[in-house]
Amino acid sequence: MEYARQIEHADIVHRCFRCGYCKFPEDYVDFNCPSYKAFGWDTFSPGGRMWLIRAWLNKELETSPHFSRILYSCVACGNCKDQCVYPRFKDYLLNVFEEAKAELVNEGRIPPEVRDYFKAVSVNGNPYKQPQEERGQWADGLGLKEFTDQEYLFYVGCVGSYDEVGQRMARSVGQLLSETGVSIGILGKEETCDGHEVKVLGETGLFTALAEENIMKFKKKGIEKIITLDPHALNVFRKDYPKLRGNFEVFHYTEILSQLIRNNQIPLSNYQAKVTYHDPCYLGRHNLILEPPREVLKGLPGIELVEMRRKGLSAFCCGGGGGNFFTDMVGSGENNPARIRIKEALDTGAEIVAVACPQCAKMLDDAIKSEGQEDWLEVLDLSELVNRVRSK
Amino acid sequence: MKNIYEALVEIMGERGVSNRPEEIWFYGRDPGVLPPHPPDYVVAPETTEQVQKVVQLANREKIPVVPMGNGMALTGLVIPLKGGIVMDMKRMNKILEVNEMARYVVVEGGTSQGMLKAHLRDHYPRLRHSLPDAPPTTTIAANVSLHGQGCLTQQYGFNSDMVSGLEVVLPTGELCKIGSPSLGPYWFSKGPSLPDLSGLFLGWLGTTGIFTKVGLKLYPNKKIREMEIFVTDKAELVPEIIYKLTHLEMLEDLIAWFQPKPLMFKDNYHLTIYFTGDSEKEIEFKRTMIWDALQEFIDNKDGGFMNVQAMKPNLMENPQRGIAAFADVPRGGGFEYSGPITLIELYPQFAAKVVELAEKYDVIYSSAARVISGGHSMMFSISFAFNRADPAMMERVKKALDEATEYALKMGGIPWKPNYMEQKMTMDHMDPNTLKLLRMIKKNLDPHGIMNPGNWEPAP
Amino acid sequence: MGSLKFDENVCATCPSADCLIKCQYMDFEEDEAHNEMMKIVKGLDSRVLHDCVTCYACEEYCRRGNHPFYLIGERREEKGIYTASRAITNQWINLTQMQGKPMVGTVKDKALSSCFIPDLGALGSGELFKEVFPAVTFGAEFMCPAVHTHFAKMSVVKERLPKVMENFKKLGVKEVICLHDECYGTYTSIAQAYGMEVPFKPVYYMDFLLTRLKELKDRIIPLNIKAAYQRPCSNRLIPHKHRLVQEIMDYIGVDMPGRKYQGENSLCCAEIIRSVAGYKLADDIQGRNIDDMLEAGAEYCVFNCPACQSSLSEKVSKKGLKPVHIIDLCKMAVGEKGREG
Ligand SMILES: Cc1cc2nc3c(=O)[nH]c(=O)nc-3n(C[C@H](O)[C@H](O)[C@H](O)COP(=O)(O)OP(=O)(O)OC[C@H]3O[C@@H](n4cnc5c(N)ncnc54)[C@H](O)[C@@H]3O)c2cc1C
Ligand code: SF4
Ligand code: SF4
Repeated sequence: MEYARQIEHADIVHRCFRCGYCKFPEDYVDFNCPSYKAFGWDTFSPGGRMWLIRAWLNKELETSPHFSRILYSCVACGNCKDQCVYPRFKDYLLNVFEEAKAELVNEGRIPPEVRDYFKAVSVNGNPYKQPQEERGQWADGLGLKEFTDQEYLFYVGCVGSYDEVGQRMARSVGQLLSETGVSIGILGKEETCDGHEVKVLGETGLFTALAEENIMKFKKKGIEKIITLDPHALNVFRKDYPKLRGNFEVFHYTEILSQLIRNNQIPLSNYQAKVTYHDPCYLGRHNLILEPPREVLKGLPGIELVEMRRKGLSAFCCGGGGGNFFTDMVGSGENNPARIRIKEALDTGAEIVAVACPQCAKMLDDAIKSEGQEDWLEVLDLSELVNRVRSK
Repeated sequence: MKNIYEALVEIMGERGVSNRPEEIWFYGRDPGVLPPHPPDYVVAPETTEQVQKVVQLANREKIPVVPMGNGMALTGLVIPLKGGIVMDMKRMNKILEVNEMARYVVVEGGTSQGMLKAHLRDHYPRLRHSLPDAPPTTTIAANVSLHGQGCLTQQYGFNSDMVSGLEVVLPTGELCKIGSPSLGPYWFSKGPSLPDLSGLFLGWLGTTGIFTKVGLKLYPNKKIREMEIFVTDKAELVPEIIYKLTHLEMLEDLIAWFQPKPLMFKDNYHLTIYFTGDSEKEIEFKRTMIWDALQEFIDNKDGGFMNVQAMKPNLMENPQRGIAAFADVPRGGGFEYSGPITLIELYPQFAAKVVELAEKYDVIYSSAARVISGGHSMMFSISFAFNRADPAMMERVKKALDEATEYALKMGGIPWKPNYMEQKMTMDHMDPNTLKLLRMIKKNLDPHGIMNPGNWEPAP
Repeated sequence: MGSLKFDENVCATCPSADCLIKCQYMDFEEDEAHNEMMKIVKGLDSRVLHDCVTCYACEEYCRRGNHPFYLIGERREEKGIYTASRAITNQWINLTQMQGKPMVGTVKDKALSSCFIPDLGALGSGELFKEVFPAVTFGAEFMCPAVHTHFAKMSVVKERLPKVMENFKKLGVKEVICLHDECYGTYTSIAQAYGMEVPFKPVYYMDFLLTRLKELKDRIIPLNIKAAYQRPCSNRLIPHKHRLVQEIMDYIGVDMPGRKYQGENSLCCAEIIRSVAGYKLADDIQGRNIDDMLEAGAEYCVFNCPACQSSLSEKVSKKGLKPVHIIDLCKMAVGEKGREG
């Protein structure tokens, strides 16, 4: 019998009108779907994906490397879900994309980059193919304690653990939190991948295994509250772990920082700089944490916040979501989203792009180099910026 | 055809051409009810030179070329009826120049309505353009190529009347400027006081050339925009109400609409009246004039102004997102409309026809008529929604639309953005000498018949 | 279908004809008022049937327990002297048609009625309504049909009201807390005037609020603001409840400086008047009303009815007053809402 493709939300796929509202931010200033912007074919727009998925489910189209690229170059930024004009189904657009990818995984027809990612995570517990033993090294010399009975687990994730830019950020956040008296513990070499990108890329089996293992571990250690470095981890802990009975109180570090600043718990001096803020998709659009990072910036003496043209719910993604941070299906040319974002940041006249996600940090850092703008612009995570303003 | 692909790659670069099944599948259809037909190639130019070279190649090889904006005309105008090359214009989306004092803008051939709106708001808050209620991804060039209408059409005419100069790649590949830009650097007139050559392109649905630049008139953007809705239960009063309102010479936009659902709209005809002002005083003055103009209908209990508070946020949007939402009424991602341009005095007859067709074909209707240039005519939309997963319903909608067009022609109306069959019906109705002229122009401009073939294609 | 219980003798022997004498929208000499009322009573034509703007106030002005406003509506309908255009009248009838789409929370013996007004759903939440919030009802099925009296469609009121009450009865509730002033007016005044039995105990939300405020006494921080109150037409059906506004305001530290248009002299929000009598009168009323609020020195304009709020919010804001519903004001006092509402 011929294999019939099936996805859970098949009943809404035909309802897309391909009107294209989803390509734009709320005020239409420029195309806001990063993969459409990068590739410039309607097939790479949200509506294009919907129509192609329908044709593919109906067997009007066969699986091909190009089709896989179309699906996997979606950065899951969620702009389409916010902007689609059809309230009765728009919330499920990303489910459709994710389910279609999961179906590709079932068919075993995924791009090599994606396959390598899954393999690395399942073999090594991280996509960097680095030894588990070294996972905690980012914290060396900081004096951060293993989690025992502290109030919060500080969960850093794969990027914070292994990537150079991520590690810098993890150290900075970890140090700031502990020095300001927030009771945190880390898992160090016991930490494993949260599975967020695995899930978004469609490997539901591997995701469930990772998540269940984490949930068991967290429960065993008596963890109730978690602070995440990475908004991606925040997203999966908040939205998907509860479905596997992993109910924790999950915060992003910027939420904690904004409280500390509000309560004057961080002694501050003054640091003069013009700063723009890049909303990470998994913080802003996906979890509506828009104000806390801005409260932090506004609370720093000397810092002038200058917003980019696209911000908040209309922010333009750095291009790293949907696993693209690792698989890079979007490509790095002129139309690479991070490079576009950096140009937008330069337009504000800011000298610092503040970020709140290690993946954005790395993407934008690289883009500054590709654009040759190292002398003018610098990427700093919010905690690094706070450190500059802190009274020494 | 392998060498054609290679030739296209040479012109466009790898990133600008596709003959992959996914693009071929997608660009072979639009969201309306007409059946698809696949192109052989899809190209997405970024420069005028690329457009020219592709057209030259196509002309040489006698391959069809179909320019496409966002494919939202809904009537299959971008379906490559005879295969060939679909040219997605949307990468040419720059806003090249705004002349604030002369109130015009020059945009590329794929610039979207949405981006122009955002650009003006950011940089020229005193100016605006005539936005259609089409999704903001739709393009300005396509809109004028089909004689679209927008929020300023009541005041200033069809959006194509607002063109202030064109740059066109002719079907033979030459680049041609139309109007004042053919004589100098300014884009303030598409024709007058020269012979108006823009008529060779506007309304031709991409069958006589490809716009690579469009000059478009801009208009004052007043500080305040307001609206009222007048409701009556008598279709026969609508023309007189419109007459009284347009007599004021004060309105921005005027739309008469009716639909059976939600229930609160049942059995009534609604006139959405938009007006603008720079001060509260101006607004209140205009509001008073509008109320006064319709007082007799109120006194006779024939109509009244309804409370608009709840609907206002949606109706004040520009474009109105809610209009696209009609496509999901049957939970199925589709609607299409026939929108004849006709006399306002025929409103009651057309209104009755909509209901009759909806009943006959068992489809869901809605209708909105936009008043054009102070009341000389209106675009009367006969819209039917359908469920894309229900081919039988799509077929019924198609039949209902065909019948609507036949009716419109019978009533002396002109089909707007007609599909190829409606174009044929239109040409069948046309004065033979007019048709001869049309054919002559088309033949001369496009000797090999490569431009969007199947459209405006009179039988020889 | 009930019929209006109207005692002709009460009018015939009325020494004052207050109902019409006090009318703010028509002028009468004393005798004339009495005569016009008697014409209406006898089923004759009267200028009242043509000029009444449907502000409901005569229901309050009559101190002798008759129902002049309902009678005017009845006579208008009998004679086909409608207030608004057919289109607007029918729009309201269609808009409020029961379509089998009610929303019902977990209702036991109490229901919290949001009528068919979405804004009321949000208002009836939070600490103040903590216990009853889950028991919310919303939809045309639970909407008081009093609005149709404005259009002299008394038949619609008579046809729908029993159905609405039946719908509540089917829920098995003993009490219905009415968040909409007009609902309470309907279940008490209209139902009674038409001899309809109400199968539950209607509770006026301000009574409920006051009790809750007393329970939350410790949390109240006096607001220390000056406010003008916009009394809705429906409150004329239940004048004895009007005093609650003052009591609540006193309780949460809101000063209501005296103004010309207050109490019996209150002016209508004029939204319906716009449809019924045209914009000139409506603008005039709204203008006088807002000026009066400003002259009294108010900072806030406090609403009881969401319909008044929707019609006047933008206008009062433009004049520098802050529009706020009385429930939100209470929420501000118990620290549940920011000052600006
Ligand atoms: C919800 C909705 C509301 C709408 N409201 C309106 C409205 O208010 N007013 C209105 O006018 N229309 C309206 N429309 C119809 C339509 O969407 C618009 O007219 C729109 O401008 C079409 O633009 P497009 O880019 O999608 O054109 P397409 O469908 O891509 O193209 C239309 C025609 O233009 C030709 N064309 C495209 N680009 C070029 C070019 N560069 N040079 C030459 N020819 C070209 C194509 O070949 C085709 O014949 C509406 C449609 C929808 C779905
Ligand atoms: S996803 Fe929504 S907004 Fe995007 S094309 Fe489809 S219907 Fe339109
Ligand atoms: S999630 Fe983002 S990248 Fe993916 S289709 Fe939607 S807008 Fe495009």
